[in-house]
Amino acid sequence: MSALAYLDHNATSPLRPAAFDAVVEALRAGGNPSSVHGAGRKARAIVDRARREVASLVGARTTETLFTSGGTEANNLALSGAGRRRVLVSAVEHDSVRRALPQAEILPVDGDGVLDLAALERALGASAEPALVSVMLANNETGVLQPIADVVRLARAAGALVHCDAVQGVGKVPVDLHGLGVDYLSLSAHKLGGPAGVGALVVRTGAPLQPDRRGGGQESNRRAGTENVSGIAGFGAAAAQAGCGLDVTALRDRLEFALVQIAADAKVFGAKAPRIGNTTCISMPGVPAETQVMAFDLAGVCISAGAACSSGKVQRSPVLEAMGVPAVEAGCATRISLGWSSEAADIERLIAAWQGLYIRVRQSDISHTDFRVRAA
Amino acid sequence: MTAITQIRRNDQPIYLDYQATTPMDPRVLEAMMPYFTHKFGNSGSRSHAYGWEAEEGTEKARAQVAKLIGADEKEVIFTSGATESNNLAIRGVAEFYKDRKNHIITTVTEHKCVLDTCRHLEQQGFEVTYLPVRQDGLLDLDVLRAAITDKTVLVSVMAVNNEIGVIQPLAEIGRICRERKVFFHTDAAQAAGKIPLDVEALNIDLMSISGHKIYGPKGIGALYVRRKPRVRLVPMIVGGGQERGFRSGTLPTPLCVGLGEAAEICMKEMDDEAKRLKKLQERMLNGLRAKLTDIVVNGDLEHRIPGNLNISFAYVEGESLMMGIKNLAVSSGSACTSASLEPSYVLRALGVEEEMAHTSLRIGLGRFTTEHEVDTAVDELVRHVNKLREMSPLWEMAQEGIDIKSIEWAAH
Amino acid sequence: MAYSEKLIDHYENPRNIGSFDKTAEDVGTGLVGAPACGDVMKLQIKVGADGLIEDAKFKTFGCGSAIASSSLVTEWVKGKTIDEAETIKNTDIARHLALPPVKIHCSVLAEDAIKAAIADYRAKVTRKAE
Repeated sequence: MSALAYLDHNATSPLRPAAFDAVVEALRAGGNPSSVHGAGRKARAIVDRARREVASLVGARTTETLFTSGGTEANNLALSGAGRRRVLVSAVEHDSVRRALPQAEILPVDGDGVLDLAALERALGASAEPALVSVMLANNETGVLQPIADVVRLARAAGALVHCDAVQGVGKVPVDLHGLGVDYLSLSAHKLGGPAGVGALVVRTGAPLQPDRRGGGQESNRRAGTENVSGIAGFGAAAAQAGCGLDVTALRDRLEFALVQIAADAKVFGAKAPRIGNTTCISMPGVPAETQVMAFDLAGVCISAGAACSSGKVQRSPVLEAMGVPAVEAGCATRISLGWSSEAADIERLIAAWQGLYIRVRQSDISHTDFRVRAA
Repeated sequence: MTAITQIRRNDQPIYLDYQATTPMDPRVLEAMMPYFTHKFGNSGSRSHAYGWEAEEGTEKARAQVAKLIGADEKEVIFTSGATESNNLAIRGVAEFYKDRKNHIITTVTEHKCVLDTCRHLEQQGFEVTYLPVRQDGLLDLDVLRAAITDKTVLVSVMAVNNEIGVIQPLAEIGRICRERKVFFHTDAAQAAGKIPLDVEALNIDLMSISGHKIYGPKGIGALYVRRKPRVRLVPMIVGGGQERGFRSGTLPTPLCVGLGEAAEICMKEMDDEAKRLKKLQERMLNGLRAKLTDIVVNGDLEHRIPGNLNISFAYVEGESLMMGIKNLAVSSGSACTSASLEPSYVLRALGVEEEMAHTSLRIGLGRFTTEHEVDTAVDELVRHVNKLREMSPLWEMAQEGIDIKSIEWAAH
Repeated sequence: MAYSEKLIDHYENPRNIGSFDKTAEDVGTGLVGAPACGDVMKLQIKVGADGLIEDAKFKTFGCGSAIASSSLVTEWVKGKTIDEAETIKNTDIARHLALPPVKIHCSVLAEDAIKAAIADYRAKVTRKAE
């Protein structure tokens, strides 16, 4: 990580060395886990072992853990597979939850991005039809943690099922399926130092799940398709080390402190809410996010203007919008996310680049900035 | 033919199950490596070099896959594998056009994921026609023509069967579908990279491809979706809108790169490899026929990929034979269902009697199979078939001239 | 699927393969199963003048578990009276060979085979007496 400072772990985290080894070993081993001969059994053993590792990461049983092609598929599968027609999702969910079902009702969040529990309670009480509630553990853009225990309590009282997209939270805060009391938990390998292309849906024993794709009966008939053995192996290895090297809160806090020192009007979104320790969503007032990421890229610092999905096109973050952040302010927000490979030097590099850009823009475009300030 | 060093260790069984999965080509693994390590970015990240580098990797791979099947790279979307591709193609088309057309045609010998998807659609109110195949495993084109109606939206016929390796008459099926303005989907998991496929020449509208059947990694596949005339799909996985909205989810860059590299190698070496495998297939069959009587090849031998043999060894139960030939990794039935005890539905669809279906083995030959391995396999098979026939009451009866069918068996 | 050592031993070194003359008066033959189901067992007992089973032979078309089950029972019945042999239960066979659940039917078939062989022998004795 010396050449560039990679601070976009919420988009994807580099593969942990142990996961790399597991992936390569599995790729070399070959074999189809469904075959009964030795090569097949070897592949099956790799999958079984990884399943134990992933299950134990979230306090689940292996029979409760099924592998998918990633967090997106896991989220889609939970929302459609629960079989509830009435679905309530928070306004800050990832697109793979928010857009999974057309009929989903959107629950508001407060100014810090925390779910409005009173609104949830009202929505649950508004209809006798049992619902599925989907609330993420930690937000991918702001890192804000949601009050899952409260969500579960309210949902249970109303006979609702609960899905929690834990893709960004797991590894950063302790997650226990049965302790949380949720019915479904989505996980993604590449957000915790495993390979992309693999994730898991953890389904509490007894929770309903209708399969989506049909075929060869893999994953106990819940998810057809030859297992991504190497991906699963890497996922297992990454899960076994999920928390290692993620004590980055001090680095993140140092970063936020420094940036606010440079620009007193910089705003950290969700700062008053409990957050995972690796993420900061911060605005550099007056400087469009696109300008910032390009300038930082030139300075060898990789961050993001929002979620890394398909678009590439600049669009307003639905997360910040849901938090009531004005468009002009949201347009200047970037996401900085640390991970297992982050070092203090990365942070210093970003701070320097941030300061350089901020000063440059202020000096060259002072009138514009003044105008903007006056207009606001 | 590039010289490939033997990748099998001496203590490992000889791998003859290339239709279940193929070993990775070391060149594929090599191409993937950088994308696991320093080029680890998310191809959806547009704000920094890591993202661009990853995107370069996935886009090169997309072009490599497109080239293999004569498609435009914009027509190729990555999926998690052929099962997903098949599900997406069939369901996606059915659901998109359901207001106008609601009839789907497929065959009884398709892969389970196609059949199960069709059964699911039937429950949703779609009409599905499951066409029979002839005794040689091939689709009768007149039967297909007769099945198409005004309501038919899609014909889904696999290119190459996973159990018996027969190649369906794709060009003729494509022509019929185009004439009747019906979309043609083909599950090419077993065909891509093994036989020449050109989506233009064959009039294919949708094609499923698997990474791990072409010496690439598991967990990756592709779906070809024609743009002219345009085929539209309802996506199965929604979210970030990757893959032109057809398939959301972060692309697994190393796996995409692996699929691309695997496709390119297949394209370059297809002709030589097919010739080499044809010789091995003949060597295997001739070797067995020279030393064993009462063996039957299931499915047409001529219209067949050279890497497959499916043989019934009469009077010897397949599972016991598999247990004996410990040094050979083969399959009885397809890998997805071989843990179950039912005889193969594909063989039954060919009209193979159940007692013969129970005696069948699928032998898959591939890129790393050697003459020596074939000879060893023949010896081992002959030895165990003879041993098991010695202890088979059915063999004994056959030698005594008793017709097994004349006996009233109590089915249990 | 992992098989027990005993099962593998019986599969690899099956005891008492072969056939007796099925028309012989002291031989009882049981033929059970069906080719279409993938299992056929032929089990024969030769009963001595003292009423003890002095020899047994089998031939089986079926999976490794079926072969092992039939091989095992030919060992077990030898030296027993036919009444004693008749008490052999499929559960004893399954337990001895540690058959996996999907293979329990093989032990059932082996029990059926002994019973059929004994019934055949008894029928011959009755016919002879008549």
